[in-house]
Amino acid sequence: MSAAAEERNARAPWALTAPALMLFVGVLLIPLAMTVMLSFHDWGQYKGIEPVFILKNWKEIATDPYYAEMFWRTFRIAILTTLLTALLGAPEAYILNRMSGRWKSFFLLVILGPLLISVVARTLGWALLFGGNNGLVNKLLMSAGVIRFPIPFMFTETGMVVALAHVMMPFMVLSVWAALQRLDPQIENAAMSLGAGPITIIRRIIMPQIMPGVLSGAIIVFSLSASAFATPAIIGGRRLKVAATLAYDEFLNTLNWPLGAAVATLLLVALVLIVVGSNALIERRYAEVFR
Amino acid sequence: MRRNGPLALIFHTIFVIVMVAPILVVCLVAFTPEGFLSLPTNGFSLRWFRAIGNYPEFIHAFWVSLGLGALSSFVALLFAVPAALAIARYRFRGRDALAALFLSPLMIPHVVLGIAFLRFFTSAGLGGSFAALIIAHVIIVFPFALRLTLAAATGMDRTVEMAAVSLGAGGWTLFRRVTLPLILPGVISGWALAFIQSFDDLTMTVFLAAPGTETLPVRMFLYIQDNIDPLVTSVSACVIAITMTALILLDRFYGLDRVLAGKGDTGR
Repeated sequence: MSAAAEERNARAPWALTAPALMLFVGVLLIPLAMTVMLSFHDWGQYKGIEPVFILKNWKEIATDPYYAEMFWRTFRIAILTTLLTALLGAPEAYILNRMSGRWKSFFLLVILGPLLISVVARTLGWALLFGGNNGLVNKLLMSAGVIRFPIPFMFTETGMVVALAHVMMPFMVLSVWAALQRLDPQIENAAMSLGAGPITIIRRIIMPQIMPGVLSGAIIVFSLSASAFATPAIIGGRRLKVAATLAYDEFLNTLNWPLGAAVATLLLVALVLIVVGSNALIERRYAEVFR
Repeated sequence: MRRNGPLALIFHTIFVIVMVAPILVVCLVAFTPEGFLSLPTNGFSLRWFRAIGNYPEFIHAFWVSLGLGALSSFVALLFAVPAALAIARYRFRGRDALAALFLSPLMIPHVVLGIAFLRFFTSAGLGGSFAALIIAHVIIVFPFALRLTLAAATGMDRTVEMAAVSLGAGGWTLFRRVTLPLILPGVISGWALAFIQSFDDLTMTVFLAAPGTETLPVRMFLYIQDNIDPLVTSVSACVIAITMTALILLDRFYGLDRVLAGKGDTGR
């Protein structure tokens, strides 16, 4: 059979993807469907999980203010983390892009490398740096005169945002970096020759062009921060709960699986809606750039 | 292009220091000679690295992680290579939907995956088993294995294959002697990236691991939950060293920016 005849063979692509498709249906789609179903089951301290169809868990989440507060905290942390990575990551990507070859690849390795280093190890690093009220970060900030009194970082949302921003930063830099690669450096020179100053160039030439990169980075950072587990669990401790750590508690400590499944389902649905919605918005707004 | 001004360079320096600081501080504290958490101000000591030997849980967890990462990445490639070849070469109905499905584990929060797998494998009577961990990890590393294989398959020169076919090669021989060697750099990088992802995963694995099948991140996490002492920093330093080695190899071999950016994604 010639390669050309192979191209015409309509069954070949399905034969090649069938094993992976069966794997995904069997061990991804079915478990996800089971989780959604689980969220409608009943649970009791002594009777365990009862496979009936009730809205008890969903009602509890909708009416108990504890859950509203927890979800609001989760999204607040995710939004602040996203803002922090955008404000610092975008300029850094721009600076990086202007460096010469060897330095550029070296610093790119330094900044993107942490992405592959264990999140537990990176968060442990922050726990050490925060370390109570006389941690290294506070000592440094106080001796630099930035703050007068130590800021509590451990077991606070501030600490979670800082550590999460560090964990997520490579995604933002990478995303803005990708947008910068599409940018024609001659445009900057053209603007300069027409008399534009550095601030005008950044505001009128660079910003509009890297905005799609910042926004797609923001979507990645937001969805990963909202569902983060390791960093909130280690920095936040046992009391300051976010969606992921609460679901973990329900499953492995309280053993109320149906309620945990409802929290997880809600998190998944909320994130999918936010991500798909903002993707559509961005693509409509920046249709030109994505073409 | 204009050069960076002094302000930009100051910003850059602080940025890089902050990015490196937490990783560096873990590695430094690991060498402390004291019995408590502190920077090694009076000399370096390997006592906390030797102390790892007294905790067989960490050693065992390390082997579990190593085996799990190697095996699940390999199995993921067995499924991903044919799928990548199909997606790269054929235009067929449902191609975009399939690609989206195969990349979906990137979009689904790992906490949700952990819960789904826990529910599924417990009902299947495989709760806490190594087999369950392997299957779950195959799913989460699959997108990484697929993306890099796909990039290699899309960029491949097909005239070589046609030449082989004209010389009488077909089917398995064609794949084994021509196609596979040509996409091998992508496949190996895909394996390495998949391995790192599996080796580092905590959020999903923490739901599935039972005593005996705890991976290293899970063991470290549970240890930190109780208390933070220099022992866990020396374990972390070892993990960082292993990842850095893999990272540098990956960068030399394939280019880190290409690996992370996932160039040539679904061929859009």
